[in-house]
Amino acid sequence: MALVTLTIDGKETQVEEGTSILEAAKTVGIEIPSLCYLKDINETGKCRVCVVEVEKSNTLMASCVTPVANGMVVGTNTERVRSARRTVLELILSNHRTDCLTCEKNGDCKLQDYAYEYGLEELRFPSDRVLPELDDTNPFFIRDLSKCILCGRCISVCSDIQGQDAIALIGRGFDTKVAPAWDKPLEESPCVFCGNCVQVCPVGALTPKYSVGKGRFWEIEKVETTCPYCGTGCLLDLHVKNGKVVGASGADGPVNEGWTCVKGRFGLDFIHHPDRLTVPLIREGDGFKEASWDEALELVASKLGGLVSEHGSDSVAFFSSAKCTNEVSYLMQKLARAAVGTNNVDHCARLCHSSTVAGLATSFGSGAMTNSIHEIADAKAVFIIGSNTTENHPVIGIQVKEAVRRGAKLIVADPRDIELAQKAHIHMKHLPGTDVALLNGMMNVIIEKDLHDKEFIETRTENFEAFKECVSKYTPEYVSEITGVPAELIVEAAVAYATADTASLIYSMGITQHSTGTDNVLSTANIAMLTGNLGKESVGVNPLRGQNNVQGACDMGALPVFFPGYQSVTNPDIRSKFEKAWGRELPSEPGLTVTEAINVAYEGDLKGLYIIGENPMVSDPDINHVEAALKNLDFLVVQDIFLTETAELADVVLPSACFAEQSGTFTSTERRVQLVRKAIEPPGEARSDWEIICDISTRLGYPMNYSSSGEILDEIASLTPIYGGITSRRLDSKGLQWPCPTEDHPGTPYLHKGKFSRGLGLFSAIDYIPAAELPDEEYPLILTTGRILYHFHTGSMTRRTEGLHAHRPEAFIEIRPDTAEDLGIVDGEMVQVSSRRGKVEVRAKVTSWPAPGVVFMPFHFAEAAANILTNPALDPKAKIPEFKVCAVRIDRLPLEAAL
Amino acid sequence: MNVVPADLNNVESIVNEIVTRHEGNKHELVAVLNDVQKTLGYLPESALIQVADGLDIPLSKVYGVATFYTLLSIKPMGKHVIRVCESAPCHLLGANSLIDVLRKELRISIGETTKCGTFTLEHTSCLGLCGVAPAIMIDDEVFGNLMPDDIPAILEKYK
Ligand code: SF4
Ligand code: SF4
Ligand code: SF4
Ligand code: FES
Ligand code: FES
Repeated sequence: MALVTLTIDGKETQVEEGTSILEAAKTVGIEIPSLCYLKDINETGKCRVCVVEVEKSNTLMASCVTPVANGMVVGTNTERVRSARRTVLELILSNHRTDCLTCEKNGDCKLQDYAYEYGLEELRFPSDRVLPELDDTNPFFIRDLSKCILCGRCISVCSDIQGQDAIALIGRGFDTKVAPAWDKPLEESPCVFCGNCVQVCPVGALTPKYSVGKGRFWEIEKVETTCPYCGTGCLLDLHVKNGKVVGASGADGPVNEGWTCVKGRFGLDFIHHPDRLTVPLIREGDGFKEASWDEALELVASKLGGLVSEHGSDSVAFFSSAKCTNEVSYLMQKLARAAVGTNNVDHCARLCHSSTVAGLATSFGSGAMTNSIHEIADAKAVFIIGSNTTENHPVIGIQVKEAVRRGAKLIVADPRDIELAQKAHIHMKHLPGTDVALLNGMMNVIIEKDLHDKEFIETRTENFEAFKECVSKYTPEYVSEITGVPAELIVEAAVAYATADTASLIYSMGITQHSTGTDNVLSTANIAMLTGNLGKESVGVNPLRGQNNVQGACDMGALPVFFPGYQSVTNPDIRSKFEKAWGRELPSEPGLTVTEAINVAYEGDLKGLYIIGENPMVSDPDINHVEAALKNLDFLVVQDIFLTETAELADVVLPSACFAEQSGTFTSTERRVQLVRKAIEPPGEARSDWEIICDISTRLGYPMNYSSSGEILDEIASLTPIYGGITSRRLDSKGLQWPCPTEDHPGTPYLHKGKFSRGLGLFSAIDYIPAAELPDEEYPLILTTGRILYHFHTGSMTRRTEGLHAHRPEAFIEIRPDTAEDLGIVDGEMVQVSSRRGKVEVRAKVTSWPAPGVVFMPFHFAEAAANILTNPALDPKAKIPEFKVCAVRIDRLPLEAAL
Repeated sequence: MNVVPADLNNVESIVNEIVTRHEGNKHELVAVLNDVQKTLGYLPESALIQVADGLDIPLSKVYGVATFYTLLSIKPMGKHVIRVCESAPCHLLGANSLIDVLRKELRISIGETTKCGTFTLEHTSCLGLCGVAPAIMIDDEVFGNLMPDDIPAILEKYK
């Protein structure tokens, strides 16, 4: 691009053609005042505070929208400019309710800053404007439009970043305001309460509710950390005052660039919830008594130690958590393997992405998202199958919408009309459990039409012929019968995916949580290899991991067959490396998975279980069975921040620090290791998870001594090649993406460039196998389960967050209007849902979202737990249960109960 | 604008027809709304929702445009629309006292329509008649240099 030379306030500078004067001024250290301008997002030239004087031009120019020109001479602070700015500000202030004394924005308000700078005391233009009333109807933020300066930033962000278009300028003249159509409450608009509008409002018009009255701007310290909810890995600034988290905003992380979803921004008041555990508890009859740490730890060590000496190391098991830091999962598996001598260590990834790890490791040699999140925006096609991205990974959803804005074709395969399905160019509404058939059908079309990437297949893969033979019978017509998707749509989708220059495939639990989960994953790998969509930017097979640190918990070897970094426990060389480092002989037999451990406990062969931060009593399939299994244990330890449904069954409950109260690292779904910074002290006597584990280990006769979590990370780096260069010294706001083998390695944004981790990519010939339980006369409907935007997992955090809970307080079941009519059910009535395993009562939500014959329930709600119904049938390879398909029946309740 | 409201049960087909006439072109939003208003007399909620759908424009934006242009209205309009200028010159020369009389005579406030559907009373910004301020406009006819006492006679002409 050509360079342009100009002079600003007497300083000469050179910038690229097309740069605005305002941006050019920054290069010589001049900050021109601005209110409405937001680079690349809101460049409307509306507020005119940024005016400057340009020599040889009669009028003043809005510097934010005026491009530079060669030889331009600009004055940014002349008397004429200052007086114009003063007038502009006076006009704005005359329509603004100036109550700086109590305004939450006081000290952080651009209008206030400029009013001060330009010495505005008295208003020259009294206004007749009737100031709009304060709107505090939504649970997340207050809209005080009497302070709105109509800069339009929020509207641009809502439209161009969040893609919701919930708000616009409505009305005219003095009545103009920012609001949803018909000035309805935000709840009745497409608003998803991401709060990104709140983040950009330059004045006090939009204020987070839970921060009101909790601290002035200058009293608040911001601590940058990583969001504790989903695997996207947004960075947040926690607002801390007097040892309390009083708010949060989006920080400029590599993935989120300042944006967040509703959970990250407004979902953190669980931190100070009165239900937080503050002292260790020991079972006493039906209840608990409070205990000292000494007493509780001694009991844990003696009981676990006793079981081990009586029944052997494999009589106890350890569940780490995808919520905890890498350091905690690392220590947990070290505790199991080195201190106790068992490979019985696992975590909830078993229930969400174990089939990803198994499947992608088979196809490519590495079981993680192949590409980076920010690359999605540049893909020419995005194919989403089994991921409700905008609800479960909202900030990744932003990237998908950006890709569409940039012209990408969006193809969605999902049994429900989720938001992205509605926005898609092609929506295949296939029946749950028919993914293999659908993907085989698409691949059949791609080969038939000769759209496959022969060179890629030839040079980079193996086993193509067997695979080709297998998909040959999956004609679109045949697949249409299985999936319920019209044959033409399958063809259209196949062509769109195969002909795009770069196509990014995104999937999540809709693919993995099946008894054929591994097969589903292998099929996604097949289609990407078939079209050469691997090993470069903006392509790939991209599993979105659910929890903040599910990637890390897997990486750290909280898995029964792997040491950290997917180094197999059955490999003698690897074992001896760890034996040397840890100074103990290590077990070589693979251990029990989460799901197997529950079964073995049920049968009585597992005696002791130590669970950190997991809640199988809500999250696992067939909860009645889980409860019986846990009650059958001799000794159960649960370490958590709340007394969860699982903790209530424990013999000892250990109170731990939450994410804001301990340091360490999380690894996001794009393999990015990011810092978690301690912002405040834990409540009461609660302690960091890693310190608790160290104490238990030490009491079990295997001393663990670390001075900080950083020291643990350095030990991880020394033993884990893919984390080899990821040391505490190097991590900053950008994090590092593994593989990062050495201290000078920059990290890896996308995998499999030039060569797969396993050498050649492996095609798998996969036949379609129906779900383990299909609808029949007794249970005629297919139940599929999932999450919703406003809650997380078992709800132990989000349901203790006022705003989120108020907004979505209860469970529901989505029923199609035709099904509802057949059953005589009306929207909003309570119904009974039963499966072969149990029954729950839940409110009916009549909607055309699900595919014919399908109903949907979120699984967050313990009182109407979807997982009482779900089928524990396991995928034979990954042992993941079939959460996404089971057969149910819906019955009306007797009249009085239904109201 | 003083069109008798058409059959509001037919909103769907009417809007469809208009959107099709404009070939679903996003850029013709204002023209589409104008046509809908001409046919229906105003822009009911269902019509705006359908325009948004048909042109693939967010509803909030459609509503924004519908409430920005003086010629468009989201409320049913009377047979005659009275617009009182509220800009500074008219304001200073007594527009408010005109409004007081209008309100008394018609028993409605600004933004409302009389029960019988004859008159709608509205504010407007400068009509370009500042020379004869205060001024009002009824449908397409303008009246300037007004005193409160002139109002009843003027209204009589439209009843
Ligand atoms: S919270 Fe998000 S969706 Fe709602 S209005 Fe603001 S930017 Fe739009
Ligand atoms: S609410 Fe804030 S961001 Fe939105 S237009 Fe008003 S001042 Fe600007
Ligand atoms: S998208 Fe995920 S990581 Fe980002 S703020 Fe929301 S919950 Fe947190
Ligand atoms: S900042 Fe340039 S016009 Fe508002
Ligand atoms: S001010 Fe009323 S017509 Fe111009």
